[in-house]
Amino acid sequence: MNNALNQPQTIVVLGGGSEIAQAIVRALASPALRVVVLAARAPESVEIDGVADGVVVDRVTFDATDHEGHAALIDALAARHGDLDVVVQAFGQLGTSVGEDPAEAARLIDVNTTGAVSSGLGVAAQLRRQGHGALVVLSSVAGVRTRASNFVYGASKAGQDAFATGLGHALHGSGARVLTVRPGFVRSQMTEGMPEAPFSVDPDDVAAAVAKGLVRRQPVVWVPGLLRFVFGVLRYAPGFVWRKIDR
Amino acid sequence: MNAQKVELAGWGRTAPSAARLVESTAHDLASSWPDLVASPRGVIARGLGRAYGDAAQNGGGTVVRIRPGADPISIDEQAGVATVDAGVSFDELLRTIVPRGWFVPVTPGTRFITVGGAVASDIHGKNHHADRSFGHHVTRFGLLLADGSHVDVTPESDADLWWATIGGMGLTGIITDVTFRLMPIETSRCRVETRRVGCLDDLLAQMEANDADVRYSVAWVDLVATGDRLGRAVLQLGDHAGIADLESADASLLVDPLAFSPKTLLSVPPVPNVMSRPAVRVFNELWYRRAPRHHVGLESITGFFHPLDGIGNWNRFYGASGFLQYQFVVPFDAVDVLRTIVTRLAASGCASAISVLKRFGAASGGLLSFPQPGWTLTFDVPAALAGLAPLLAEFDELVIGAGGRHYLAKDAHTTPDVIRAGYPRLDEWKAIRRRVDPDGFWASDQARRLDLL
Ligand SMILES: Cc1cc2nc3c(=O)[nH]c(=O)nc-3n(C[C@H](O)[C@H](O)[C@H](O)COP(=O)(O)OP(=O)(O)OC[C@H]3O[C@@H](n4cnc5c(N)ncnc54)[C@H](O)[C@@H]3O)c2cc1C
Ligand SMILES: NC(=O)c1ccc[n+]([C@@H]2O[C@H](COP(=O)([O-])OP(=O)(O)OC[C@H]3O[C@@H](n4cnc5c(N)ncnc54)[C@H](OP(=O)(O)O)[C@@H]3O)[C@@H](O)[C@H]2O)c1
Repeated sequence: MNNALNQPQTIVVLGGGSEIAQAIVRALASPALRVVVLAARAPESVEIDGVADGVVVDRVTFDATDHEGHAALIDALAARHGDLDVVVQAFGQLGTSVGEDPAEAARLIDVNTTGAVSSGLGVAAQLRRQGHGALVVLSSVAGVRTRASNFVYGASKAGQDAFATGLGHALHGSGARVLTVRPGFVRSQMTEGMPEAPFSVDPDDVAAAVAKGLVRRQPVVWVPGLLRFVFGVLRYAPGFVWRKIDR
Repeated sequence: MNAQKVELAGWGRTAPSAARLVESTAHDLASSWPDLVASPRGVIARGLGRAYGDAAQNGGGTVVRIRPGADPISIDEQAGVATVDAGVSFDELLRTIVPRGWFVPVTPGTRFITVGGAVASDIHGKNHHADRSFGHHVTRFGLLLADGSHVDVTPESDADLWWATIGGMGLTGIITDVTFRLMPIETSRCRVETRRVGCLDDLLAQMEANDADVRYSVAWVDLVATGDRLGRAVLQLGDHAGIADLESADASLLVDPLAFSPKTLLSVPPVPNVMSRPAVRVFNELWYRRAPRHHVGLESITGFFHPLDGIGNWNRFYGASGFLQYQFVVPFDAVDVLRTIVTRLAASGCASAISVLKRFGAASGGLLSFPQPGWTLTFDVPAALAGLAPLLAEFDELVIGAGGRHYLAKDAHTTPDVIRAGYPRLDEWKAIRRRVDPDGFWASDQARRLDLL
């Protein structure tokens, strides 16, 4: 159960190695925190810093493409740890091709979108049962308006984002809620070696925005906050303008 | 019985959860028992939801709001005791008993709580140093147990269950009706001495010197003031006025000396948080200035005991993120901890509008009852305030280190460790609970959060 300061007792990270998610765990850590679940494809190799000694760190195997197994995994976690206060959906891949390889594109959608839907529904069912809790979905501005350079990734995040905001509405009144997070360019291992885009932020900036969004019970946060207005305009910019910006 | 799924929160409006809300009289509840037993995550009683945190909510489970049955208040004038349905509010109760010359033995700072909530939290009032807590005045109660049986409990019939239920936060069963001693009064006025006190040390000294002579004693402390005005306060000392007091003060009151018909003046709509530091500074300044330097006069029951009740839903002043009330008690010899906390708060930039300092007398015997001899301080803070979490964690440590504890009816943020340290008889309480509720039928969000089950 979150306390009045919105400090969770149990945090689950789907995609436990995610740099952004680990920053979120640190931002939400407090004396109230008891359990952190790191769910990853190779859980043994996932390390996390900045979590106090008394906190139980549970590493479990999770693959975003194992759609059939997601609900059972969430149920098993609830059976083991009790109520799940905050679940972070953090897995994701950027993909390597720019959209020429249909099979690779389909695999990307399978992880980023289908995996988000199947795991998200498993989480939602548990949050409904317990009557409280938050699902934090790491979406991206890349899905708000898709770019020529990574439109398959953008499409996958657009699907995840639409699912997350819709789920938030569906959960209204259930005690559970969804926080959809739309970062711009984040300096993490995912973007390592890539040229930085304008409005770049660090994982800690995303984490701070998430912590604040949870306290204020916001449905959506943009990181940095300014992107909300930038994309409010860019979303409707004519195609030739968008193509010029997106180089 | 009717049931619907709703999101419920405490008075602080933080950490809501959704549960099936059942409204029923205690009598009807017995008949719909099978339905309750089917609840997947247990059941908890709810009164008027005036506990600040998550004590009267039960995410994913069932919350039962007990309604008063027919003829819910009966008074034995001879013995000076009342038997009252647990769902009756102090508001209704006082409207019935005050005109007949009786008062409740203990009242909190609001009339909008139920008799069940008063027992479950073993509430205290401004007379704690003289009269102890509510549970001290109770002589029996009816309790609906997890196995569906309805038992009459007295200290003689089952002392363990008695002291596990008084202050037990609804976790031993649903209290159905309560018999307790009343306090006779001659008038519905209070004779109140009000003093402005310029700083904390003066305040502590005056409270220490005066408490033995007065029934009611409380100080409203300005926790925004710093420097040599640190801890300045308005101290109120009082008792129920007698007929003679009315004669000498205002003879027109003699027409109806027990008149009592309080009104709510206005109700606050949903607003953003307006309790900013500048606003609170102004509020506290006015509060302090408004009080006379020294004055003795008559006040109404509402004016003296329940000043906030004139404004409906005042908890909305803190906006959508809500607020929390921090209340602790530390033994008298740990007065330095009290000083440190007041100093740290004033320096921190927290804006706390309503804070109350009071001296507690003897404990009641409830295993989870809050009051124990010492200083108790309460203050309200917006939940979204930056820097609040580390500050409260620091206070938790200070309080526990001094042998103090936190009030479960107010708690919304602390940890199982802090509660365990503050309530050394917690394991004893758990064992009694397990005896009467082996399957964990009664459950609340607070109980899960604090590992009380
Ligand atoms: C403005 C204000 C001032 C206050 N001042 C004081 C004060 O001076 N002193 C003080 O001690 N407290 C004070 N309180 C706290 C308040 O008195 C307690 O929280 C009280 O328990 C609230 O009663 P309720 O009926 O609203 O119960 P709820 O808040 O609905 O429930 C509180 C607890 O009581 C249990 N409960 C309620 N009814 C039953 C029942 N029938 N059977 C079993 N369990 C039950 C619930 O399960 C829960 O654990 C104040 C609160 C406010 C909002
Ligand atoms: N970095 C940015 O600029 C940025 C911007 C906006 C949004 N985001 C989103 O934020 C989220 C986290 O990104 P990040 O920056 O923290 O990157 P990251 O550190 O690379 O984290 C992504 C994680 O996803 C995991 N993952 C990939 N495929 C998986 C699968 N099939 N099953 C389970 N886990 C899988 C990865 O683990 P393994 O590969 O080791 O198994 C990795 O730990 C992603 O959803 C991303 O789309 C990132």
